[in-house]
Amino acid sequence: MSTQVPKGEEVESTTDEAASSPGKQRRDTAKADRAGQQEKQREAEERAKANEDTVQIKVFRYDPEVEAKQEPRFDEFHVPFEKGMTVLDSLMYARDHYDPSLTFRHSCRQAICGSDAFFINGSQRLGCKTQLSDLDEPVRIEPLPHQDVVKDLVVDMDHFYEQMHAVEPYFDPDELPDGELEEQRQSRANREKIKMSTRCIWCGACMSSCNIAAGDNQYLGPAAINKAYRFAMDEREGEARKQERLEIIEQEHGVWRCQTQFSCTEVCPKDIPLTEHIQELKREAVKSNLKFW
Amino acid sequence: MYEHDVIVVGAGGAGLRAAIAAKNEGADVAIVSKLHPVRSHTGAAEGGINAALREGDSWEDHAYDTMKGSDYLGDAPAIEALCKNSPNEVIQLEHWGMAFSREEDGRVSQRPFGGLSFPRTTYAGAETGHQLLHTMYEQLVKSGVQVYDEWHVLNLAVTDEERPEDRTCHGVVAYDVQTGEVSGFRARNGVILATGGPGQAFDHTTNAVSCTGDGQAMAYRAGVPLEDMEFIQFHPTSLPSTGVLISEGVRGEGGILYNAEGERFMFERGYANNDGELASRDVVSRAELTEVNEGRGIDDEYVHLDMRHLGEERILDRLENILHLAEDFEGVDGLEEPMPVKPGQHYAMGGIETNENGETCVNGLYAAGECACASVHGANRLGGNALPELIVFGKRAGKHAAGAEMEPAKIETGQRGEYETAEIDSPVTLGEPGSFGDADAVADGGTVAEGGSVDETSIVERAVEAERKKVDELLSSDGIHHSEVRSDLQTTMTRHVNVFREEEGLKQALRDIREARDRYEDVAVSDPSRTFNTDLLQTIETRNLLDLAEAITIGALAREEFRGAHWRAEAPERKDDEWLKHTMLSWNDGTPELWYRPVILEGEDKTYEPKTRSY
Ligand code: SF4
Ligand code: FES
Repeated sequence: MSTQVPKGEEVESTTDEAASSPGKQRRDTAKADRAGQQEKQREAEERAKANEDTVQIKVFRYDPEVEAKQEPRFDEFHVPFEKGMTVLDSLMYARDHYDPSLTFRHSCRQAICGSDAFFINGSQRLGCKTQLSDLDEPVRIEPLPHQDVVKDLVVDMDHFYEQMHAVEPYFDPDELPDGELEEQRQSRANREKIKMSTRCIWCGACMSSCNIAAGDNQYLGPAAINKAYRFAMDEREGEARKQERLEIIEQEHGVWRCQTQFSCTEVCPKDIPLTEHIQELKREAVKSNLKFW
Repeated sequence: MYEHDVIVVGAGGAGLRAAIAAKNEGADVAIVSKLHPVRSHTGAAEGGINAALREGDSWEDHAYDTMKGSDYLGDAPAIEALCKNSPNEVIQLEHWGMAFSREEDGRVSQRPFGGLSFPRTTYAGAETGHQLLHTMYEQLVKSGVQVYDEWHVLNLAVTDEERPEDRTCHGVVAYDVQTGEVSGFRARNGVILATGGPGQAFDHTTNAVSCTGDGQAMAYRAGVPLEDMEFIQFHPTSLPSTGVLISEGVRGEGGILYNAEGERFMFERGYANNDGELASRDVVSRAELTEVNEGRGIDDEYVHLDMRHLGEERILDRLENILHLAEDFEGVDGLEEPMPVKPGQHYAMGGIETNENGETCVNGLYAAGECACASVHGANRLGGNALPELIVFGKRAGKHAAGAEMEPAKIETGQRGEYETAEIDSPVTLGEPGSFGDADAVADGGTVAEGGSVDETSIVERAVEAERKKVDELLSSDGIHHSEVRSDLQTTMTRHVNVFREEEGLKQALRDIREARDRYEDVAVSDPSRTFNTDLLQTIETRNLLDLAEAITIGALAREEFRGAHWRAEAPERKDDEWLKHTMLSWNDGTPELWYRPVILEGEDKTYEPKTRSY
């Protein structure tokens, strides 16, 4: 399995501390008394299973702090199926009816907040945008590969954010119009050119699917390069700034790492032509006659 | 303990704008948010940003439209601040690189929107909120404001004076989602709440799962009044299974609503003989629900929105996004079959009482955005007025908190100036007299100090201790799961406090909320982990929803008239003689107190005269 569960002293020490605290012991005892509640949940699930119209999901479980979950494993849940039900719906159902400790990020339920990219039946997809009816059963739901797992389906996004921040991801024009109420002009064609690149929701699916990123931790990755594209191609910023931007993406772990495998483009839930954008930046860089590695 | 000049809670449009503004004034600013900024619900806004930018338009016209749309329950100083500042703020976004849709000549496009006398809605495709949120986050990165993301704020650290108007907020207590650490954040100048709306109080909402009104509930329990909470906007076309919004654009292009009998009911049943499907949002929502209640709904739940007759070419050209939404979130192909739709909770007009500078009646505590009520939207919000509210009032609050020189506010806050008190006609005991979650813990701690004043840091420390205790209790006790309580609460709200409201139903809702509160006493968190314990956080959110659902229902029961989004069976007409006033609700240490403050219709140069609201 490509999923990375963190190991090491840091985790170890937190666990020890928690295990020895009186609060933790009290909690554990209380939890042990909760057989009744769990029994009820099991029964609910049995009933659901007996019903024909259910979907079986297999969900990756891991929690560094809870003894029974320190060894990664898969849990199966049977969830009553309804038309239009998404993978995210099935996870929420399993959490609210069977196991409240089932943990995953989610918020908007409409493919705009970018919280719930998972590895579903072997590919990176948004849970809220994936219909159960389109998937083979049992539906296997894992955290995004090539990222550290925090717990269950939650991965550490810090590295992804760092790469996004590394490309100076903010509009920074050479000059602005004088008047306070005067807007910069942008042609429709130029707006159209950057449109797809502005649709990124920072879900991390592309980075997780990329072999190069998996092998080179410093590789900027498709999303960050796409962010750089968004500004480098914006005619409002000006030539001087564009040169600086091209220098950033031309660095050792920048565009030239990409081997045009298209995996990022295939998984992007916002249909951003990532590989094309990377290729175009390579051409721009050559054109502007910068030296490269 | 962490320490900054200004602490902003929440990182959607209002929070980001507030943080950038405070930073520009030279303050040391931090954002504390339960979500990473780019996950905020602002990103889901589709429509646009109203701003009087062009010749032929004026901020005065924008203000007039907004006041009329509010059904004369907005306060003129707030509305005028919104409309005057909006053009500058929109151009500021443009200067920050936002990808607005453009005209042939390269200027920002504007389009017509419901209730507007001029096409003044600027937009970026049908994803204006996404573009706004990301543009502002980019500028935040540039500015270097510190962000504590995935830190869930549990409570405010407020002093314990008898009257809320004498209290001061010194910071917040937050829970680090990744590690389970509970910490204090001391704010030297002020705390700005920008935590969004309480949409999750309803079981069918276009709002994100995270929209649990945390800031409103915390401010309320700390003594800040909630204003006009009964005014909830229900959008007529949301998808039944998820609540995902289907834009008004479908009806704008000619989409038709049908009931189970295949009738075009907006006309055939006489709901809106002139405008039909394009009548205002509240009218269409009421019509749809009447159809369902009278047995002409499909699956007893929804109606059909059909756009097939528009033809594939036109749909792909103008409504492509809708095809994706219907396919992805309802499994329906809009080119082949009609789309199921029903009314969904969409926006809360009311919220934390503030003046036009974002100040609440508690010193050092501010609010901006959907969580606040300045009041700009009154009884009904116009499309395209939510996003400018975020940036205009986010900026004003940020500047004020950072100590910038600003004109003093004209709007009064707290129980000062003109107001009247009232009785609540409730069949059950309301609130939580002296129990879990109110400001008492801080208050008790505060009075312990011998004779002298308690210093600011120890007020925050005591608040931290109180929250640690609560977290430990929730983790260690045994009991029922919060999701049962939450789903019962949402069911009763959607059943009784929906687009149709009548006295008996509202009283039933109060009984159900009472029962839910009692059951909440027995909730426990079954996940024992300190790592990313969403079970714990959602349990805490459910408590917030209980307080807010109750406040919405109390307001709806008190207001015996029909104004904007609020409709009462017993009194289906607007009563200006009696009701040109804001519904105010104070927590009053656990025993909610109802009072009213007159609406301010006097603007800078003119007084807005209430007229019949017809379009
Ligand atoms: S480029 Fe696409 S896949 Fe990558 S983070 Fe953005 S939205 Fe997600
Ligand atoms: S929940 Fe927001 S993208 Fe899926």
